[in-house]
Amino acid sequence: MTTLPTTSTGPAIAAPGKYLTFTLGQESYGVPVMAVREIIRLCPITPVATMPPHVRGVINLRGKVIPLIDLRLRFGLPAAEEHDRTCIVVTQVASAAGGTRPYGVIVDGVEEVAHFTAADIEPPPDFGGAVDARFITGMAKAASGVKVLVDLDLISAAETAALEMPSADKPPTVS
Amino acid sequence: MQDQDTSVAASPDALRQQLQQIGLELATVEMMPDRPAAPLSDLVAAAATASAGCPAGLAAALSLAREWTSGGQGPLSAEARGRFAIWHGWMEQAVTAWERGRPLPVWPADLPRTEPSPRPAPPRGAGEEQAVPLLPGGIDADMMQLFCTDCEDFLRDIEQGVLVLEERPDDPETLNTVFRAFHTFKGNAGMLKLVVLQRVAHELESLLDSARRGQLRIGRPEIDVVLAGADLFSRYVAAVSDRLGGRQTADSVALPVPAVIDAVQAVLARRDVAPPPAASRGAAKPMPPAEPMTPAEPMPVELSSIVSATEPIPDAAVAVAPTPPSAGPATAVRQAVASGSVRVDTGKLDGLIDLVGELVIAQSMVTQNPAVSGAADEQLARSLAQLRSICSELQRTATALRMVPIRGTFQKMGRLVRDIAVQLGKEIRLVLDGEETELDRSVIEEIGDPLVHMIRNSADHGIESPAERLAAGKPAGGTITLRAYHQGGFVVVEVTDDGRGLDPARIRRKGVERGLIRADEHLSDREVLDLIFAPGFSTAERISDVSGRGVGMDVVRRNIERIRGKVEISSTPGRGTTFTVFMPLTLAIIEGLLVAVGDQRFVIPTLSVRESFRPQPGAVSTVQGRGELVTVRGRLVPLLRLDRHFGIQSAFTDPSEGIVIVAEAGQETRCLLVDSLIGKQEVVIKSLGETFPPGRGFAGAAILADGRVGLILDTTALVRIRNHTAETAA
Repeated sequence: MTTLPTTSTGPAIAAPGKYLTFTLGQESYGVPVMAVREIIRLCPITPVATMPPHVRGVINLRGKVIPLIDLRLRFGLPAAEEHDRTCIVVTQVASAAGGTRPYGVIVDGVEEVAHFTAADIEPPPDFGGAVDARFITGMAKAASGVKVLVDLDLISAAETAALEMPSADKPPTVS
Repeated sequence: MQDQDTSVAASPDALRQQLQQIGLELATVEMMPDRPAAPLSDLVAAAATASAGCPAGLAAALSLAREWTSGGQGPLSAEARGRFAIWHGWMEQAVTAWERGRPLPVWPADLPRTEPSPRPAPPRGAGEEQAVPLLPGGIDADMMQLFCTDCEDFLRDIEQGVLVLEERPDDPETLNTVFRAFHTFKGNAGMLKLVVLQRVAHELESLLDSARRGQLRIGRPEIDVVLAGADLFSRYVAAVSDRLGGRQTADSVALPVPAVIDAVQAVLARRDVAPPPAASRGAAKPMPPAEPMTPAEPMPVELSSIVSATEPIPDAAVAVAPTPPSAGPATAVRQAVASGSVRVDTGKLDGLIDLVGELVIAQSMVTQNPAVSGAADEQLARSLAQLRSICSELQRTATALRMVPIRGTFQKMGRLVRDIAVQLGKEIRLVLDGEETELDRSVIEEIGDPLVHMIRNSADHGIESPAERLAAGKPAGGTITLRAYHQGGFVVVEVTDDGRGLDPARIRRKGVERGLIRADEHLSDREVLDLIFAPGFSTAERISDVSGRGVGMDVVRRNIERIRGKVEISSTPGRGTTFTVFMPLTLAIIEGLLVAVGDQRFVIPTLSVRESFRPQPGAVSTVQGRGELVTVRGRLVPLLRLDRHFGIQSAFTDPSEGIVIVAEAGQETRCLLVDSLIGKQEVVIKSLGETFPPGRGFAGAAILADGRVGLILDTTALVRIRNHTAETAA
């Protein structure tokens, strides 16, 4: 947990392979298919107080309690109404204890599983600080447009790390 | 698969992997005794390959095991299965010894020597076989079925009896049981005109009869013969069941009848010859399969220490209350082997328990669905009722899978008490009670350390020296009683000593000295006694090896609270002290109060709830316009409004519309304000995972009856938050 990958120069460039692509608003993102466990409909969420807003809470996945992250809020996009295409992508991310752990993310809708070759993938451009590029591993050019490839391991690890820092950057959620 | 395994380079690790495979196969064979020995034979061969370069003793043990599988022909005999179980335990230790370059453990006396045995080979497999009809003429299938069911019971009696006889060859009751089993067997076989089987049963009956009359001493050869006879019957019964079940069409089965009869007669012929040097008493006992011994201690040593704990120890005069001989540890171990246990990865068990929990939820969702519950179909209602009862039974059974008796932990304490007594020159007797009390394996693992601390404390500070005791008019020897029992949904463990008791005045003085309390602070006796759990408190006059380093009792309380238990102390000066530990039956399940706060539901562990009530209007007073206090039984207790604390919109602001829950952690108390009580229920605790670090007021999560997740409140954290209340109310 304390050994966060150095993100000053950004993470390693995404490897070629199959990606699950999904939408957040007008944008399109991709995560490696190998990291995806399943896609489920939106289900009742139990909020967990004292957590940052993008941590929506926990859900029951067949008897397992798994965290649920709102990727829109995580990436600083405005919150959106949930609709019938909104769904939860259950992924496997690296666990600090070794191995993997389930990690649910809410997305506006899944698109497809696409294969990106090395030629399709470009390193993340320098957004000049305008965009939080810490979790972006590449930009994939697909027929339907550009997909932003993100690394959920980094996102989930940053989650835990942020929570362990002094709560200065985290306003208390109590009224 | 075998090819892969054999290609592994020879090393202790490779051999250990092979042993694991063999262990699995043995477990399978225990469940399916008819399984051919071929897979086992292959595995042993593969293990032999993986053992290149190992000490000679290991290689010899492997080649011996290859003989037992008789090249994989037919199923293993019950005797061979028993041998393999012992052999496997020894092998595991031997591999560890090899790995660490230490001498191999002592070869179990129950197993034949690794050198070719002078004893004649067991009768099984020797000589010709005789066909026995599966459906004797004039007997209908129902009769045969009944015969088989009876036989299975007898065979179980015989096998278990024989294992007891191995330990105590002249136990009259067991001899009678085995004798009666063969006797009834003979009668049944005669009724069904199974002349051949009748003859075998008769011979074995005579053998047991001689033993009953003291004309024959049961030793290894006798037991081999009896087991060979039992095997023969069990093969017959299996064949009949297969025939009745249509799994086999042959009308007869070939059994080594003459060989068994010859063997019995050979044994009977030697009856007046002096019995062979008894390998019975003191024979090495197999390890309990579920608990591998620490590799540092070879098996016979460890066992003898348990056994010797039941015998008086001269130099320290410490004794563990002797367990009745009929339930001695060795017998218990025997029975564990006989009943056949399977090692299962706890991860798989937890997965199973999760799924069963989900099944129960799915079941209740189906039954409560209006489309179903509104249906006027009686058949459906009956089926649903049955489904419900099966589900709850399944859940009960699944939970019970993780339960183990506390016996092992208790017995280890015998050694501890003896050591302390020797060291301090005291006389201490340890009395154990309720060792059969079962609780979750994970709880048992957690309770060991606290128990050690409490017992050390009792032995060191509680029990006086013999001279001191005699002067006080007490017997020179002190007694520490370790007792376990169930109470409500908890397991209670008590450590009681008859020592000098705790002196509240002295503890109070010490507490002031250590700055734990103010000199003028008013405390009840109970609160004073509780001080010994405070960090940095120690009443020991001197620092000893045993206790009194000021760590210990605070660790006890912390460890016990970590597993959601609590510890209480009571003491009478001059009479003794009792520590009472309340522990959850399992770490996986807690009993909780389900409460509502706004639109959310939380679970509050019942153990930390003292009481709950609806406050009178005006019962809540405000301090400096910020902190709120509630009067609970004449005492002012700070109030924490959960809605404000968690930022939840509640329906009201006046506390008298809600419910106050008085929660306690250690000595501290705090009132938690909730909207309403929904009920009390048992929930399976799930971890919230890495995304949610501990210490934020949540101890975990639970799946509620409707399938949603409810958060379990960490009452210890909520009771102990200090400044937060002021912030919250500000």
